[in-house]
Amino acid sequence: MSIILDETTPVLVQGITGRIASFHTAEMLEYGTNVVGGVTPGRGGDTHCGVRVFDTMKQAVAATEATASVVFVPPPFAADAIMEAADAGIEYCVCITEGIPVQDMIQVKRYQRRYQHASRMCLIGPNCAGVISPRRAMMGIMPPHIYERGPVGIVSRSGTLGYEAASQLKAVGIGVSTSVGIGGDPINGSSFLDHLKRFEADGETEAIVMIGEIGGLQEAQAAQYARDHMHKPVVGYIAGLTAPKGRTMGHAGAIVSTVGESAAEKVKLMRECGVKIVKLPSDFGTTVPKVLRR
Amino acid sequence: MEIHEYQAKAILADYGVSIPEGGLAYSPEQATYRASEIGGERWVVKAQIHSGARGQAGGIKLCNDEREVWEAADELLGKRLVTHQTGERGKGVYRLYVEAAVSAEREIYLGFVLDRSAERVMVVASASGGMAIEEIAARDPDAIVRVNVEPAVGLQAFEAREIAFAVGLDASLVPQAVQMMTGCYRIFGELDATMLEINPLAVTGDGRLLALDAKMTFDDNALFRHQDVSELRDKSQEDPRERTAVDRGLSYVGLEGNIGCIINGAGLAMATMDMIKHAGGEPANFLDIGGGASPERVLKAFRLVLSDENVEAVLVNIFAGINRCDWVAEGVVQALQQLDPSVPVVVRLSGTNVEEGRRILADAQVPVITADSLAEAGTKAAAATERSAA
Repeated sequence: MSIILDETTPVLVQGITGRIASFHTAEMLEYGTNVVGGVTPGRGGDTHCGVRVFDTMKQAVAATEATASVVFVPPPFAADAIMEAADAGIEYCVCITEGIPVQDMIQVKRYQRRYQHASRMCLIGPNCAGVISPRRAMMGIMPPHIYERGPVGIVSRSGTLGYEAASQLKAVGIGVSTSVGIGGDPINGSSFLDHLKRFEADGETEAIVMIGEIGGLQEAQAAQYARDHMHKPVVGYIAGLTAPKGRTMGHAGAIVSTVGESAAEKVKLMRECGVKIVKLPSDFGTTVPKVLRR
Repeated sequence: MEIHEYQAKAILADYGVSIPEGGLAYSPEQATYRASEIGGERWVVKAQIHSGARGQAGGIKLCNDEREVWEAADELLGKRLVTHQTGERGKGVYRLYVEAAVSAEREIYLGFVLDRSAERVMVVASASGGMAIEEIAARDPDAIVRVNVEPAVGLQAFEAREIAFAVGLDASLVPQAVQMMTGCYRIFGELDATMLEINPLAVTGDGRLLALDAKMTFDDNALFRHQDVSELRDKSQEDPRERTAVDRGLSYVGLEGNIGCIINGAGLAMATMDMIKHAGGEPANFLDIGGGASPERVLKAFRLVLSDENVEAVLVNIFAGINRCDWVAEGVVQALQQLDPSVPVVVRLSGTNVEEGRRILADAQVPVITADSLAEAGTKAAAATERSAA
């Protein structure tokens, strides 16, 4: 098993005819992802990257029975695309787009509340690298060759740090069940906690690596959940120990503005909750083997 | 994006919030003219810089006649003000705001912020205004009122009334307070603000509510739909290195150390800085070259990093996903050949097209120190500064 997607998951690409979307659609198909179509308003009926293009998400879902989508739509229109996916009944929507206005994300989150919790779409991102279940399928922009299949689940705000962890694990012969990028924006779709729950329930995952950074309180909430409700070991890293207060470090959400948002505070709380701390970003490969039951 | 107090007040006035009478001045002569236009007997001359705590830094002067206004303006214009928010270099004063002095009976705090956990706008208010909200929170945490606003319907009058009564406003002032708060909430939504603060909000003897100071920041990602807000940008208030970075599509934050960093991805950039620190070094900057970086963009990143005189070594750390190691390597070669840096350069490449990237570096025979892992990158960069200092 894996979480969120495998080789059978039917995937739509929103904004498929764009330059970047075209490139990554080809990569996803080559990796074995079941891309069943794409959406670009006004291009319905075309064939692009070998798959059918539709004008609307509803038409695309009706014709393909897709359950997942990946959004490559530019920032001014991305929130609209996410809501269209939710309305079309998509289960998992991955938004790669960076630079969506915060007010638009507030609207998206409010819109999602129209649906009962059980039937509510799971949004991954925005501003993330996407999701990969190694040797099965990927919805995102990651370099797939650095991932091996195996028992470790990864959930990370940062794309590149997720790569760093996966490649260090591969170098010591440890693979990944699924790696999820939740993105670096101040308001994002799904949280660390949401995916810890999924990994806890997944038969293939034996341990979870959680990679956070300064800003927000999601890592703390996830660590408390791990302490109270999880049986699988959680390994954690927080980037930004040297980041000055009040400055945005690249990711819109990576800013220490209030109590509990600094790396030192988060590390302390996670450690108190029993999360095994990776002190340095070069130590994923040496820390994870210690928690895996062999 | 930050704006000045006088700009924030103009926006407030447009949305029905009362402000004291005031005007902008670029010279002492203009300042005295503004004072005579405003009339009255006392004025405040306020330095317009992008920072709070201007009062403690001597940036706000109370004046009793026009001569004092002239002198205050003469002293402030061209000066660099250092506050705890500006860093050592301070910020230059090029604009003044002259305002009628208001004697407040009471001062209240009113702020609008983004509540990340609730994913909503939150109104924060306190009966004790005039100091920083952190200070109020430390002294009297129970005095702070917080209300999350339901985004589907916006701030309702009853919510604003509850806040007004909670901070102890007299019933006769509550209608004004409601109008003020709903106006502020509309600014937040309609102009994509990320922070709006009125501190202090004065209650005057003649029964008015006046915004004595105002701060606003706006969402950079939403400026595409607000040409009027974009025009309020004042480049004189930005760090020159950071301004250059923004104009070149790079994400850069200047720091105090001596190891220049060129990295892809915000998370990896922060983690690399942590690595450097652990190895005994100090990062000179945060720099994310972004995705799909061309050799030209890498060259520009080198120019920017080397423009910092404190830099004694450069560390390039790339884990390429949508980036390409061969492009980055070409950029490194161009930088070393064209800029001929006098400091050592450490390069770590990983991910997409890594073999090609390493071959380009080897073939060009440029003097780079290569590192194979993140750990090696950190230690080699820290060691390089020790050597160059020796």
